[in-house]
Amino acid sequence: MADALSPARRGKGAAFAGHLAARGVLHIILIVVSLLWLLPSVGLLVSSLRPARLITTTGWWTAFTTPFQFTLENYAHVIGQANMGRSFLNSLLIAIPATVMPILIAAFGAYAFAWMRFPGRNALFLVIVGLLVVPLQVTLIPVLRLFNVLRLTGSFPAIWVAHTAYGLPFAVYLLRNFIGELPGEMMESAGLDGATHAQVFFRLVLPTSVPAIASLAIFQFMWVWNDLLVALIYLGGTPQVAPMTVTISNLVNSYGAGWEYLTAAAFISMFLPLVVFFALQQYFVKGILAGSVKE
Amino acid sequence: MTVTNALWALVAVAGVPLVLGSYLFAVEAVLRRRTARFARRVRPWLWLAPALILLLAFLVYPALSTAVLSFLNANSTHGVGFANYKYIFTDSNMLIVLRNNLVWLVLFTVVTVVLGLLIAVLGDRVRYEGVVKAVIFLPMAISFVAAGVIWKFMYQFQPAGTAQVGTVNAFLSAVSSGFKPQAWLFNKSQNNGALIIVGIWMWVGFAMVILSAGLKGISVSLVEAARIDGAREGQIFFSIILPLLRSTITVVATTLIITVLKIFDVVYVMTNGNLDTDVIANRMYKEMFNYQNFGRASAFAMILLVAIIPVMILNIRRFGKSGV
Repeated sequence: MADALSPARRGKGAAFAGHLAARGVLHIILIVVSLLWLLPSVGLLVSSLRPARLITTTGWWTAFTTPFQFTLENYAHVIGQANMGRSFLNSLLIAIPATVMPILIAAFGAYAFAWMRFPGRNALFLVIVGLLVVPLQVTLIPVLRLFNVLRLTGSFPAIWVAHTAYGLPFAVYLLRNFIGELPGEMMESAGLDGATHAQVFFRLVLPTSVPAIASLAIFQFMWVWNDLLVALIYLGGTPQVAPMTVTISNLVNSYGAGWEYLTAAAFISMFLPLVVFFALQQYFVKGILAGSVKE
Repeated sequence: MTVTNALWALVAVAGVPLVLGSYLFAVEAVLRRRTARFARRVRPWLWLAPALILLLAFLVYPALSTAVLSFLNANSTHGVGFANYKYIFTDSNMLIVLRNNLVWLVLFTVVTVVLGLLIAVLGDRVRYEGVVKAVIFLPMAISFVAAGVIWKFMYQFQPAGTAQVGTVNAFLSAVSSGFKPQAWLFNKSQNNGALIIVGIWMWVGFAMVILSAGLKGISVSLVEAARIDGAREGQIFFSIILPLLRSTITVVATTLIITVLKIFDVVYVMTNGNLDTDVIANRMYKEMFNYQNFGRASAFAMILLVAIIPVMILNIRRFGKSGV
């Protein structure tokens, strides 16, 4: 696009110089902003690999001057003694079902919304669109009381069900839009072949919806993985079931300035999201676009 | 311990889909024994049942129940009228909480949209756009908790004259000789801004990704034609690109507003709302667990809901128009 500003078209040396200067400013802004954005995470990673006495006395950028002093001790400590190993596993045990459940349940509903006729269909779907933005804060107290009565507080099933319900409106919304656009002839011919709805759903609809499901799965997984509030409320701080976000926020409070452990713990919690991000960036971005840009 | 772990893992990975899948096949098996007419009428509701039951039990009913609780006392035994709301809107500490949410709302939303737009527009003109976008978007992938740790570390403070370990103070001391290191999270004039910067750092990537997609949708020939007509880049931006991006900007801004109203983690982790940095969601958490005042906590939750209702109506209208 910038080629439209080619010097030949302007035909003046001054304009060309101005163009070069503008390009220079453009590059400088973009590079400076990118570095600024990257710096905090790099600082964390470098610090997590430094010995405690150095972290508290010198800036992380001095780590690149000789003598190099790096260590994995901080990681060994937080995994072994600060419950981070257990918490990593808990985060997985929470996030996997809390991703699978809402997507499957939403897909059932989305299929009904898209390919079955029933009275009140449109009105009901608009209610779900409305539920998209309900702040989950309005549900915390009654749901916590319900879990207390059922003796589910502090257990995995409680947080699975809660995350499932909270993720449902977005999942139904996204999947209904996608499933609704599958070709009608495909669905009809399957029906004529005598396939039941369950067969059509599992053999045809689910496999063809993989792109939408992948975006949704990444989105929901990251949301649950990074969640603090829901875990804090329904798991009640029990270390046996605490995910990493809860464990780290406890570390922040109890260690005060134990930076060597905090930085290592934070990086462990970032590891999986970063891998997912770099491997599946396309799907992640697609999910965000699908969720926000409504046609 | 390991046995329970393995059991949970098994339930988590295999059990859940199995149960849900069998539910559907059971529904179809039962319906097949009934008349076609009956099956057609009942089937949609059985397919929707798991979703509707969960939404009713964990979103709709609790929201209504919270509305009632907000008019009751601390342990929900008797009504207090509007006392909880009156407290929130008159107590000086609570007014600070509301003020902070308002500051977050304005600063976070405006700066995030402007920066996101700037990076989207500038990035569109260079070949390494993909790298820039990945770097800016990266913080979106990590938790507010991790971001809180990262930035608490960035904001570290040592008294003037000693070596600064925190990146922000060290950098500012290095570039300006008259700079006095600041305790960013403790000074009441700076701490809210310091927290908001963390939020912006995380969310600019979101605004950028959506605005950039909107930008790519603007016809190149339109912009080219304006250039040939001698329009300057600034004119092109303000009189062509910006108006065409208006609806995209609205979508980004409303998403940011919904997010920022509920802001919790970053405050909880970095200051826990001390020194005049509290926000509604964190104060609600405190009312629940520190003060056991479920009336006030519910009132805070309702304030969030009421603030979000205009956005909800907007969404429903927009979707109703585009046709279900």
